[in-house]
Amino acid sequence: MSRRGAVAALMLVAGAMFGGGLALSGMTEPSKVIGFLDVLGSWDPSLAFVMLGAVAVYAVAYHGLAVKMARPSHAARFDLPKLTAIDGPLVAGAAIFGVGWGLAGFCPGPALVAFGAGGTAALWFVPAMVLGMLVHQFVRPRFDP
Amino acid sequence: MSPAFTPLRALAGGVLIGGSAALMLLTVGRIAGITGIVSGALRARTSDVAWRLWFLAGLVGAGVVLGGLWPSAFAGQLARPGWWSAVAGLLVGFGTRLGNGCTSGHGVCGIGRLSRRSLVATVVFMLAGAVTVFVVRHAGGPS
Repeated sequence: MSRRGAVAALMLVAGAMFGGGLALSGMTEPSKVIGFLDVLGSWDPSLAFVMLGAVAVYAVAYHGLAVKMARPSHAARFDLPKLTAIDGPLVAGAAIFGVGWGLAGFCPGPALVAFGAGGTAALWFVPAMVLGMLVHQFVRPRFDP
Repeated sequence: MSPAFTPLRALAGGVLIGGSAALMLLTVGRIAGITGIVSGALRARTSDVAWRLWFLAGLVGAGVVLGGLWPSAFAGQLARPGWWSAVAGLLVGFGTRLGNGCTSGHGVCGIGRLSRRSLVATVVFMLAGAVTVFVVRHAGGPS
């Protein structure tokens, strides 16, 4: 198989695995997400276990394997974030995201899976989310030096 | 605490998510951040778009298949009007781009790599989400 074909197959599998994991975990049920964020009400800590499982597996892959590899198996080099500054855009962006997350119970991944399943809320949410990203793409360069 | 507590399902789902992100890291050497993958696909640099579209096809495709086979995974919809979801979507799209990541890129990959930036982002969006749920519950009745 050509590298391009292999990458396509790998990414299709990775996407399906990610979506399946989100559905299995309960992240595609907005009421469950709201229950997780409702720390002062009827708190449902389940989703903390999603993060626990995901972070544990990823940390092993990163610290146990990736850091020892000269390059990934299907690309010329690792392309990982280099930013380290904790700055205004990071905090403001995370806060704005959190407000939207708390309103709808959707973050981007689960919204896309629910969009595939044809849920009404996701059919509103996903196009608006893409629009929000495009607005950022248009507005941000005007503020950056 | 809520009676809906499902730690084993959540943990198993998390392992699948982490496994997918690990697969992406070890094969194409990229961060499995949904925000970054989507927004990158919106930019017109054709050399870098294909892998993103394949991943998104798998992600949305999982929803198409599971929506038919296992509809209860998509239960628990909120009784909110369309505009409410649209406003939330706008905030999520703009905020995740401004903050360079969401639950996957910061919450899973970033924390897994022990990035302080991602840890701060994760604490901030969880706090903002919790405050929002608190305010909505007390100002707008049951959600």
